[in-house]
Amino acid sequence: MAQALLEVLNLHVHYGGIAAVKGISLAVEQGEMVCMIGANGAGKTSALKALARMIPSRGEIRYGNQRIDALQSHELIAKGLALVPEGRGVFARLTVAENLLMGAYHRHDANGIAADLERVYDLLPRLLERRTQVAGTLSGGEQQMLAIGRALMGRPKLLLLDEPSMGLAPLMVQKVFEVVRRIAAEGVTILLVEQNARLALEVCSRGYVMESGSITLADSSAALLADSRVRTAYLGE
Amino acid sequence: MSPLDAGTVSSGFERFPTMDILLQQIINGLTTGSVYAVVALGYTMVYGVIQLINFAHGEVVMIGAMVAFSVITSLAGSGLPPLAIVLAGVMAAVPACMLMGYLLERVAYRPLRHAPRLAPLITAIGMSIILQHLALLVWGRNPLAFPQIIDNQVFGIGGAAISSVQIAIILMSLAMMAGLSWFVYRTRFGIAIRATAENVHIAGLMGVNANRVIAATFVIGAGLGAVAGVMYGSYYGIAHYTMGFSLGLKAFSAAVLGGIGNIAGAMLGGILLGLVEALGTGYVGEFTDLCHWPVAHGWLSERCADGGNFVLFGSNYQDVFAFLMLILVLVFRPSGLLGERVSERA
Ligand SMILES: Nc1ncnc2c1ncn2[C@@H]1O[C@H](COP(=O)(O)OP(=O)(O)O)[C@@H](O)[C@H]1O
Ligand SMILES: [Mg+2]
Repeated sequence: MAQALLEVLNLHVHYGGIAAVKGISLAVEQGEMVCMIGANGAGKTSALKALARMIPSRGEIRYGNQRIDALQSHELIAKGLALVPEGRGVFARLTVAENLLMGAYHRHDANGIAADLERVYDLLPRLLERRTQVAGTLSGGEQQMLAIGRALMGRPKLLLLDEPSMGLAPLMVQKVFEVVRRIAAEGVTILLVEQNARLALEVCSRGYVMESGSITLADSSAALLADSRVRTAYLGE
Repeated sequence: MSPLDAGTVSSGFERFPTMDILLQQIINGLTTGSVYAVVALGYTMVYGVIQLINFAHGEVVMIGAMVAFSVITSLAGSGLPPLAIVLAGVMAAVPACMLMGYLLERVAYRPLRHAPRLAPLITAIGMSIILQHLALLVWGRNPLAFPQIIDNQVFGIGGAAISSVQIAIILMSLAMMAGLSWFVYRTRFGIAIRATAENVHIAGLMGVNANRVIAATFVIGAGLGAVAGVMYGSYYGIAHYTMGFSLGLKAFSAAVLGGIGNIAGAMLGGILLGLVEALGTGYVGEFTDLCHWPVAHGWLSERCADGGNFVLFGSNYQDVFAFLMLILVLVFRPSGLLGERVSERA
């Protein structure tokens, strides 16, 4: 097995007395695209937030060859770990261009930033059209594209995506997933959290199933798509 | 003493306020208003980022004035050119206040960042009292007078007068507001400040160190406040350990008027408040002079004879206007003139 880029051992998240993540372990290898599916409230967002150090947690998080569980959230992007949060989290009062620049906040290579801005505008032409508009005026799909483009501006090695399809029309969901696929094709490692299990399993090679704070299944996407438990619980069959 | 009194004329009905008085009050209002605007920026930037009303900001402004006055007084006899002396005062006040702003955040507010909202609010009031008494210990209870080193030239325009100090205050304030706008809207760190104000957690994901941004808003606000304190002090010719209270409260009212948390709003609110205050002060005597009212008979008419007057509210009611305005804003438009969101937290 190749060296894991991300390795999580026995991760716990609590909100007050309530346990949202109950000792999950997972690993994502360099260049992989892995998904985590599960019902609303299963603890997926809590797990991603803990990985991005946005909330306190117990357990070991290894990224590259380093423990990151004692780091602060703002120290991660420079190491190449980016989270596109649930609900997109664009800065509504900043323009599209300013949002993208914020994605490159930790970088100091002006030429590289300018080149990446071009690249993002190429990948997401809608953002170019709207670059002087404040992000709050964008549609949900455009905001999702912006959130992804903003994360790309940080030159991530590992991209954590939390429900990019949430609240989007089916056509827009297709577009967003197409973009995600292209990002993965460029070599970015992706951990994708989705409630839309079928779509997620179709684009990812492997998947984890999360249920009330625990990982109950972990297998290749093909195996999960064929699993009767997954089919009844998540694929609506 | 107050230049605001220059245009307040007690007169009979036939000498009602004229254009030149109006213009004079506008000039005076622009002067104080631009000081309020610069001080209001300190309140609004901090509030925008951490939703804290830093009640000690007025005291930081006061200490800026006190430090500058001490330096200016000690250099007054040195034979240096007056402008250099004033500049030295400002150069001493700005870093002193910036350091104080930094320490305030670091020592008083940061430990309470996640405490219930009442805790930092009460701490802010406490810090304000502590700083006031610190200033009392250092500078005593007598006002410091601005030494007569500057030849304050007065220019006439349209029947009104504008002094070189007023011109300097208005220009300096405009320059600081323009500089801050450029910084906040055009620089990388400025964008990070606005991003943090919007969502500190998401800004963190971008690599923004929230502590640094929060400290910066305190330091910048304090630096601007220091200059404002020097300007305010030189305008009225004195600095006193209590001056931060009413100045701070007025600037805070200005920030609320413009929409607290909104930078353009603080500027607009400050200037508007200055104008309302000056015009209000200029005319309140006229309008509340009972001799102008049809009620003047009996003993009152005797008193009113020969241009006498019976003024209910004189220009000493100057301070009322800021608070009247604050109350009106809070009742009719709590989000302020440019504020988009009504704050959900106290
Ligand atoms: N800030 C919070 N405070 C308290 N409980 C929370 C908070 N966020 C999430 N939870 C709870 O934690 C559990 C997991 O939530 P979440 O991680 O958002 O799940 P998912 O992303 O899979 O829908 C849920 O029961 C949710 O109600
Ligand atoms: Mg979620």
